[in-house]
Amino acid sequence: MIKFNPKLSQKLSYLLLCVAASLAIVPVLVIMFIIIKNGASAISWEFLTSMPKSGMRKGGILPAILGTLSIVSCAVAITLPIGVCAAIYLNEYAKNNLLTRIIKLAIVNLAGVPSVVYGLFGLGIFVTLLKLGVSIIAGALTLSIMELPVIITTSREALNSVPYSFREASLSLGVSRWQTIRHIVLPNALPGILTGAILSIARISGETAPILLTAAAFYVPHLPHSILDQVMALPYHLYIISTQIPNMPENVVYGTALVLLMIVLTMSCIAIVARIYFRKRRKW
Amino acid sequence: MAKIEIKNFNLYYADFHALKNININIEEKRVTAVVGPSGCGKSTLLKSINRINDIIEGIHTTGEINIAGSNTYDEGVDVNLLRRNVGIVFQRPNPFPISIYENVAFGLKVNRIASRKSVVDETVEKSLKDVLLWNDIKDKLRKSALSLTLEQQQRLCIARVIAVTPQIILLDEPCSSLDPIATRRIEELMIKLKDKYTIVIVTHNMQQAARVSHDTAFMLLGQLVEFDKTEKIFTNPSKKETDDYVTGRFG
Repeated sequence: MIKFNPKLSQKLSYLLLCVAASLAIVPVLVIMFIIIKNGASAISWEFLTSMPKSGMRKGGILPAILGTLSIVSCAVAITLPIGVCAAIYLNEYAKNNLLTRIIKLAIVNLAGVPSVVYGLFGLGIFVTLLKLGVSIIAGALTLSIMELPVIITTSREALNSVPYSFREASLSLGVSRWQTIRHIVLPNALPGILTGAILSIARISGETAPILLTAAAFYVPHLPHSILDQVMALPYHLYIISTQIPNMPENVVYGTALVLLMIVLTMSCIAIVARIYFRKRRKW
Repeated sequence: MAKIEIKNFNLYYADFHALKNININIEEKRVTAVVGPSGCGKSTLLKSINRINDIIEGIHTTGEINIAGSNTYDEGVDVNLLRRNVGIVFQRPNPFPISIYENVAFGLKVNRIASRKSVVDETVEKSLKDVLLWNDIKDKLRKSALSLTLEQQQRLCIARVIAVTPQIILLDEPCSSLDPIATRRIEELMIKLKDKYTIVIVTHNMQQAARVSHDTAFMLLGQLVEFDKTEKIFTNPSKKETDDYVTGRFG
């Protein structure tokens, strides 16, 4: 058997692991580079604030931006309160019984469902059965179900990271369980909950499959008026202009991708900054 | 009349019989020490008195703990009211990560005992004076409680309990994370507080029990072995196990 020099093998394995880790940066940089290089020329004030023109080959993408923002904000408004309440129940109240185990199992499974299945589910339940039609609200409900397990899980982690001794101290002062949660646990868990929420906003902003069948339209000649309107949405719009429309100027496609990417990255950056800020302020 | 009467009290963690038929009468305005080796159930007993044990899953109890004549384990007892009346200070100082002032005012405000600012201010000042902390920190009440030393934090935790006007204060090894000098000062505080409150202290430290308490209970494996005047427990105990333990032959 060949015996390796231990020092050499140490160096080799270090190199190997380091390269593997660095590889993670490469796709991010390449994607950013290509999109910015090809799309930056399309970005202008007009591109961001006007309606599409001449079969979407010219003009702007305002309805798609507004469509995505309205679907996502509705989805967050639905999923955040439900998710946080569920997390509080699971972390603070639930006893370790059959019901709790079933709920936890359901959450894990919900997180594993492919997003296109959520789209079909939304089509069946919200669009057809509840007669909401293809609309902002149907899309938002679909996205909120998809995002619920993520919100519950991140909120639970945030609640769980609040030291047990805080709860014990508060309860021992004769403060009720709910008041303890409200005055001690929640304020200390809030940074973590918010970070999770922002990250999930970033994630659902880019989702295509769930809104494809429930909210998004090929082309809507006006801006959304109500939550029952069909809307254009950035990810779907991107799919259309890159596959369905002949003679599409390339820089408009990349420009649209750039806008979507920027929305997602901005959200993630806010989450990172918020986390750093709150971690500094945390004193235990 | 005895302030705390523990009668035939048993406690189980699921199947584990942690406290076995405990009977003690703890007198008013005295310091009672509970001693014994680790795992003998002394902290469990202490935490049963204000039912803070209730928050642990899978616990159940039989028997009675009477405070001022009424059983705290009766159905329909308001645990929150009980805990306000029977405060507890834990092993590690556990102030909330908010200001010193807010820590002491917390119980008052959340329990709506007092809401007028002048009343809250007064109570905060009085409580901090009672634990001899006021002079050190009166100029930095708005600073985070976590900026204090461990000893000051522990004093603050005692002040936080005092602010909601309990009659009984339970101390669960309150000095175990403090250095000897700080320990000494907290002990002096306990002796001072016993004029106003009934104090029960769980401690690992024999000398501490001897220094601060009037009565001492010795526990072993979930049972109360002996309960008597501290002097008697330490000089002339009636049970052999007690003698072995206090003289350091085991434990």
